[in-house]
Formats: sequence, C-alpha cells, structure tokens
Amino acid sequence: MHPAITPEDAAALIPDGASVLLSGFMGVGTPDRVVRALAASGRRNLTLIVNDAARPHLGVGPLIAARCVRKFIGSHIGLNPDVQAQMRAGTLEVDLVPQGTFVERIRAAGMGLGGVLTPTGLGTLVAKGKRVIEVEGKPFLLEPPLRADFALIAARSCDYVGNLTYMLSATNFNPIMALAGAVVIAEPEEIVPIGMIPPDAVKTPGVLVDHVIRRAA
Amino acid sequence: MRPDPHLMTPKDLIARRVAQEIRPGTLVNLGIGIPTRVSDHLPEGMGVFFQWENGVVGLGHRPPEGMGDRHLTDAGGSCVSAVPGASIIDSAFSFGLIRGGHLDLTVLGGLQVDARGRLANWMIPGEYVPGMGGAMDLVTGAKRVIVAMLHCVHGQSKIVPECTLPLTSPRRVDLIVTELAVIAPREDGLHLLETAPDVSLAEVLAATAAPLLVAGEVPEMDLR
Repeated sequence: MHPAITPEDAAALIPDGASVLLSGFMGVGTPDRVVRALAASGRRNLTLIVNDAARPHLGVGPLIAARCVRKFIGSHIGLNPDVQAQMRAGTLEVDLVPQGTFVERIRAAGMGLGGVLTPTGLGTLVAKGKRVIEVEGKPFLLEPPLRADFALIAARSCDYVGNLTYMLSATNFNPIMALAGAVVIAEPEEIVPIGMIPPDAVKTPGVLVDHVIRRAA
Repeated sequence: MRPDPHLMTPKDLIARRVAQEIRPGTLVNLGIGIPTRVSDHLPEGMGVFFQWENGVVGLGHRPPEGMGDRHLTDAGGSCVSAVPGASIIDSAFSFGLIRGGHLDLTVLGGLQVDARGRLANWMIPGEYVPGMGGAMDLVTGAKRVIVAMLHCVHGQSKIVPECTLPLTSPRRVDLIVTELAVIAPREDGLHLLETAPDVSLAEVLAATAAPLLVAGEVPEMDLR
C-alpha cells in the first residue's frame, strides 16, 4: 500500500549526485510535477538518463535550465539550446547513445542481463572503445546495462498498490525504466481505488513501484 | 488533380517523389523534416502503417486545431491522430520493430551522403550536435533506406566523394531523392536515375561533388 506523497516529498528523497532515469519523449510521458519540484529544490550534480533534452520549458528542460545536471545520457539534444550551451561551456557532460541501444541497455539492467549485443553503432563513433563480439558469423557491439538510483515514471492511472497504466505515445520509456531504478517514483494523472484497474490493463505491476505522487490539486 | 511541378516547393517535390516509393501494406518510418511531408503525398487506402520511434504504429494526419491529445504525438511532440487499426507499443518494442528487420522502409534527412552511399546525419563537430536519436538503429535495421534531402547547403553539395561528418552507419543507403535528382548508390558507385523537371543533366552534375554514373538518356521525374 502506498499513501500518496507530494512532488516536493519525492524531490526530497533524491540527493545531490544521484543518478535518475527520467521517462518521456519530447516531454510526452514525462512526470512534469516531480521534474519541476526537483528543479526548484536546487539539487546539483545529477546524472540524468533521459531519451532527449526536449526543449527549455519542456520535459527535462527545467532541470537543465536550473543547472541541476552534471551528466546527461540520452539520444537527442538538438532542440534544447541550454544543453548545447552548457556542453560547450564544459559544465555538462553529454553521452549520446543510439535510441534503440539506450532503451535496451535500460531493459538489460531491469531484466538482470549482463548487457546487449547490437549491430547499431558498428563502424561509427559509437563503437569507439567498445568490444565487438561475433555471434553466428555476425559482429555486434557489446553495450553494458544502464541502471540508476531512481526512476521517475509518468503514468495514466495508478491504484494504491502502485499498479500503473499508460496511454498512447505517453507510454514510451516508462514501463522499461520502471524496472531499472533502485527507487521507483510514479506520477499518475489519476489514482483509483484498488481493484479498479483490470489486471490485463496493468503495464507496470505495483510491486515495482515505491512511491506514488498525489494527484494534482 | 495532378500538381504542377513548377509550382511545388523543392521540399514538396522531394516528398512527392519519395511517396511513389512506398508500397501498399508496408510498415514505414518517416524522419523529421522533409521526410515528415511524405505522408501528405500518399494516396488514401494503400494500407500503409506509419510508425514513429515513440511507439505509435498507424499514425494519421494532424487532428483539427483544438482536437489534439497530448498523449498522442509525433517524434517532435506535436499532436497527431491514429488510423483505424493503429497500435501502441513501448520504446523497447518500437526499436525491436526497427532493428529486428520488421520495418520495410525508413525515409531520413541527411547532412551528407558519399560515393559509397554512406549517410551522415547526426552531428557537425564543433558546431551543432543534435544527436542520433533513432537514426542509427533505423539505418541499421530497416529493409530499405531512402535519404530525402536538399541537394546542396549554402551552395555546397551534400553528395560528396567521402563523408567528412561522422557516419550514421557504414551501410549503403538504397536511394537518394533531392529536388534535382534521384540517385541510387550501388556497389560500383552513384547511379543517376532521374532528373527533376526542368533540370538539365549538366546542372545535376555541376551540383554534385561526388562522381555520378550516367547510363544513356536520363529520364525526368514523373510527379503524377
């Protein structure tokens, strides 16, 4: 059972220097209320694992603008000038990962696997310094698992067991990231009584979820 | 109605020509920029499913103003619709479709393509680093790769002898469509297949830094 907490309570759980998985694709499916609370908290030196840098006022944008982030691991940063500027200034370290590799590395961590063998990135800068392993005559890059201290998840519905459902393209990285955070914090749009979510509709079982954010006032 | 190619913008001309490459009943991924326009030029009822990296399989047109839903968006975060029969998958599954050999075609923008048909489209070192997003997986995994791009940037050819920008993949792409020409990279080099309406062979050759192979009379694009 999970008594719901506020976004500020959730932000207070995350210390300086923590690594954080943050879901969303161009700000869609991102837990915006926790992001804003964390940005307001003045946290420093976070490692953020998030697909894209979105835009300055969208998705992860507020955390970048508030200079909470020291390291960014993701696949696309082209539409956020703050990231480009902080990267050039040397205050933000950026590790670019092909998007399919990014999600599979997170899935590998969550599923207890030792990494991923992928053809993506072979023969490019991405392969630099990485092991190439041949399987059935084909070369693959060995990519390590990617896990974090926290996973911040955006859900459509949640019950007080922590069962989560998602909606349409706001699903994206959420069900995968919910497996790979040591502490999982879910921000649903609505919280419903236990038993209201049909078991078949649950995409993330509540046993994975540690904290649930109270619905917006 | 048949559009007048003389009245089309260069980008719409490219999109219209690329749309002719799409076969009925296929799964297709369109990148951001010119490729996004391709679906506007596709006849209705072809049973094509468009997918985005974010997990929508069966993307439809933009909904009317004020009728969008922020849970249903394209790769740029703009509201879209879904066609009847659409499905939603998570990001891992989405890239399983892409990398696993289930995607029939991807259409991507490009910064450079070289004489070996290799694409560079994710960073300009020291200048602008957008990142690869899903492009490396798409070029690695799609059955067919089409690059849809303007022929030149700032007067410089984007079709070059050898890519000076970091590669997206060493894979040879299948077709290049620009506002001047249709070019097929093959084992022996870049074959010029078609020229755009009112563009001469000499103009195409002059605008292309990489060598082009020309076999006989080059037909004009048919933009029906």
